[in-house]
Amino acid sequence: MAPTLDPMVGRYLRLEIDGIAHRLYFEEAGPETGGGIPLVCLHTAGADSRQFRHLLADPEITGRFRVLAFDMPWHGKSTPPDGWEREEYRLTTASYTAAVRAFCHSMGLDRPVVMGCSIGGRIVLNLAIAHAAEFRALIALEAADFQQPWYDTAWLHRPDVHGGEVCAALISGLIAPQSPPVSRHETLWMYMQGGPGVFKGDLYFYRVDGDLREKVKTIDTRVCPLYLLTGEYDFSCTTEDTLRTAAQIPGVEVQIMKELGHFPMSENPAKFREYILPVLNRIAR
Amino acid sequence: MSPADRFARLPDLLAADSDLRRRGRWLDTDLRIDIGAEPFYLTLREGALADFARGLHLLRSVAFSVSGTDEAWQRHWQQVPEPGWHDLFALTKRGAASFDGDLRPLLQNLQYFKDLLALPRRLPEMN
Repeated sequence: MAPTLDPMVGRYLRLEIDGIAHRLYFEEAGPETGGGIPLVCLHTAGADSRQFRHLLADPEITGRFRVLAFDMPWHGKSTPPDGWEREEYRLTTASYTAAVRAFCHSMGLDRPVVMGCSIGGRIVLNLAIAHAAEFRALIALEAADFQQPWYDTAWLHRPDVHGGEVCAALISGLIAPQSPPVSRHETLWMYMQGGPGVFKGDLYFYRVDGDLREKVKTIDTRVCPLYLLTGEYDFSCTTEDTLRTAAQIPGVEVQIMKELGHFPMSENPAKFREYILPVLNRIAR
Repeated sequence: MSPADRFARLPDLLAADSDLRRRGRWLDTDLRIDIGAEPFYLTLREGALADFARGLHLLRSVAFSVSGTDEAWQRHWQQVPEPGWHDLFALTKRGAASFDGDLRPLLQNLQYFKDLLALPRRLPEMN
């Protein structure tokens, strides 16, 4: 009997980010004949590219798009850079932007679409601010220029609290109650598997370094279309946060997603599909 | 039934949930839960309720407490809670609930406590 295989293929990419050698894991799936519009997917803080496995296996999307999802350095199957044991991991606006651009450049992607969620959504806003001409379209999920913190990140990395379990338990409330239990727990599992201090290091970007208030006003959607989609159950990036951000950006398309939370693509893939397919259809037109 | 009356059913609800008790099997702590103006004192041993006392007990020592308004608990315990009322941290972020005391046992067993405090959602008369 033939094996049952998911359609996406995983590989490791050797590249330099800001002059530092990295080995990044990514998965991709696209048209059988090759080509397709490159669509680069950015996972949430403390997680990895598996969050996008349903998009990578959706023929209605991969028939037109070459979908690529990579694990950020320190995440998933991407190893931290040599010497990681001597530093405290901290993601910054500059290092995150450099990683995304280095991936796109190293893969030779021609004006890709970039879709990111949470911190991935925030960095998409920065791409729109600083590098819009490099992209065909930008999609920010669960994104805003700034969000009020709702817990102390010191709890995420200390020896008397299990990092994986506390990360998962904290973010579990950001999943909509309507999301299927299997998808909810698969989403939580990825958080339980994060390296020590990595979620905390990602949130340095989110909370300290990545404040984009005022800067989003400079986004020109005539250079690159921008779509914002946020789930109504996301109380980290609230619908009000996203709508406030959208109100400052002429030409932006904004959508509030019913019965979804902070992890739309992994917590309820079928429901997310209802919202993302029309966006991708417009981009592919 | 008031939110406090609903919470008073917690011993039966936890006794009926062997999976939650299994997940809390490393947990021994004493805590206080305020449902509106009414305090409850929980003595947890190996994830089960060793003691459950309703009403104010002066000088009773607890590791930490969770306080919420009547409205917060009522909306939190709807079978499908509305956005912004569906998680303990959604309640604290909006100022409808708070944590006080030594939060280490809470954070060490966070999913257990979230699920414990959501148990009244299962009561049929809630819906």
